[in-house]
Amino acid sequence: MNNLSSLSLKESTKGLKEKKFSALELTKACLGQIKKVEVKVNAFVTICENEALEEANKADKKRLNGSNLPLLGVPIAIKDNFSTSGIKTTASSKVLENYIPPYDATVIKKLKEAGVIIIGKTNMDAWAHGSSTETSDFGATKNPWNTNHLPGGSSGGSAASVAANEAVAAIGSETAGSIRQPASWCGVVGLKPTYGRVSRYGLIAMASSLDSPGPITKTVEDSALILEVLAGRDEMDASTSPLPVGDYSQNLETDIKKLRIGISDSYFIAGIDQEVETSVRNAIGKLESLGAKIETIKLFDPKYAIDVYTIIQRSEVSSNLARYDGIRYGNERDFFGEEAKRRIMLGTFALSSGYYDQYYNKASKVRSVIIEDFKKAFEKVDVIIAPTSPSLALPVGASKQSVMFGEIADVLVEPSSIAGLPGINIPIGFSKSNLPIGMQIMGPQFAEQLILQVANQYEETTKEEGWRKKKPNL
Amino acid sequence: MKFDIHHIAKLANISLKKDEKDKLEKQLEDTLDYISNLNKVNTEKTSPTDHVTGLLNVVREDSVYPSLSQEEALKNTKEVKKGFFKVKGILKNE
Repeated sequence: MNNLSSLSLKESTKGLKEKKFSALELTKACLGQIKKVEVKVNAFVTICENEALEEANKADKKRLNGSNLPLLGVPIAIKDNFSTSGIKTTASSKVLENYIPPYDATVIKKLKEAGVIIIGKTNMDAWAHGSSTETSDFGATKNPWNTNHLPGGSSGGSAASVAANEAVAAIGSETAGSIRQPASWCGVVGLKPTYGRVSRYGLIAMASSLDSPGPITKTVEDSALILEVLAGRDEMDASTSPLPVGDYSQNLETDIKKLRIGISDSYFIAGIDQEVETSVRNAIGKLESLGAKIETIKLFDPKYAIDVYTIIQRSEVSSNLARYDGIRYGNERDFFGEEAKRRIMLGTFALSSGYYDQYYNKASKVRSVIIEDFKKAFEKVDVIIAPTSPSLALPVGASKQSVMFGEIADVLVEPSSIAGLPGINIPIGFSKSNLPIGMQIMGPQFAEQLILQVANQYEETTKEEGWRKKKPNL
Repeated sequence: MKFDIHHIAKLANISLKKDEKDKLEKQLEDTLDYISNLNKVNTEKTSPTDHVTGLLNVVREDSVYPSLSQEEALKNTKEVKKGFFKVKGILKNE
């Protein structure tokens, strides 16, 4: 039973149902792995050892009593910006270093109702401001494949915890890149759902018109299994969609021959890592050889998305972080780190009298241009495939070299985030330097089922490839 | 682009030390330069997008349900007075 922590979510639930092992054994295996590797990886802000063991015992009793909840007894790691009742929730900021929420986010409520055990709260860029986890006030997370490299971010702790087998799966949140980019750098599956597909209630707000919670997992099927628990309308979040939730994990098969895949040269940007470009083009070639039709399409240059995102995100941040006054909960505003101050200040400026039209309003108009551009593209193709990140996982310290680090690292995921579209990162191989390479599949609004199908098809086709047997050396 | 850091810091309720101010001012001016591409995009006939959901007038049933108790609501504050949050004085003579 040594390798329980390396099981996928699907394998875990199957094993638990067939009583091959107990929730307590599975939880102990994950906690054992955490004890072994956490000193190197630092994926967690809070490890919920006692709570998790207690919940595991309860899950095993429920199972004995005939309960068959879909994710009963599975230990999952949660990004530390989801409010968890009775468990410290810091958003990796000293402002909230002692904050214990009195309620659960909707995502947490749904996971608990499905039987999930919370194994811990994962590290992130403070307030999710960044793409490296280096802006965390509690120390950076390291990439499990090479601890001299970054895991990406902001959901870097969640992605690293899954890659390092410290949790069966994890929950992250993406505003523009924060699920897909760390998933790419850590070699795991990361799904950013359509904006409004998963409730934001209880998620510490960053940019409210963009924030999208989603799963980070070992396989595509695991992603589907979690999405079907998380998705759906929530009366606590008026932006959630009333559209029905699919049985995503039951419909992963697709007829690839009918699929039209769009690729755009503007996503293979100048300066892209050559190994990334080659791997992604090869991967698209594999789908083509299965019969998919590849169409070259024109897409609006993603560099404009950086400008739009920078203005909209900073503006919404300045409003959302205005609530931290040190009175009702948390510390005073002096506790904000450098990055948060920078973003609050820029957003305040962009919204201030005399500049609103020039910045926020202009950005919101270009946002419309980007949305229209995708709409036109999806009249011609079913999905768009591109690299997730223009680079491999960068070395520790890289985020400190430019105040625009995050935006440059996320340039290829920002356009679809701005348009509220779903996208999934899947691992497609490794570089010569043994760092993971990822590829993203983007779809129209609410096309989660379709992008999961394409991702699953790729995973199935390549499941015997040698690189899939690699394990981080920790 | 010149950035009036004192004015913005006041609006944002952020206190900055002298060296922090200089550094931030420079970084923010650099950021504004970086994002100036936007002006190259023609948006004369485009309306702004505030949100992408297309949903309109979302309301919920006006029903009563339990809220946080006073004790729970006050649990994370540093200063409580007679069951209330204690806040700083906002009038000059206080």
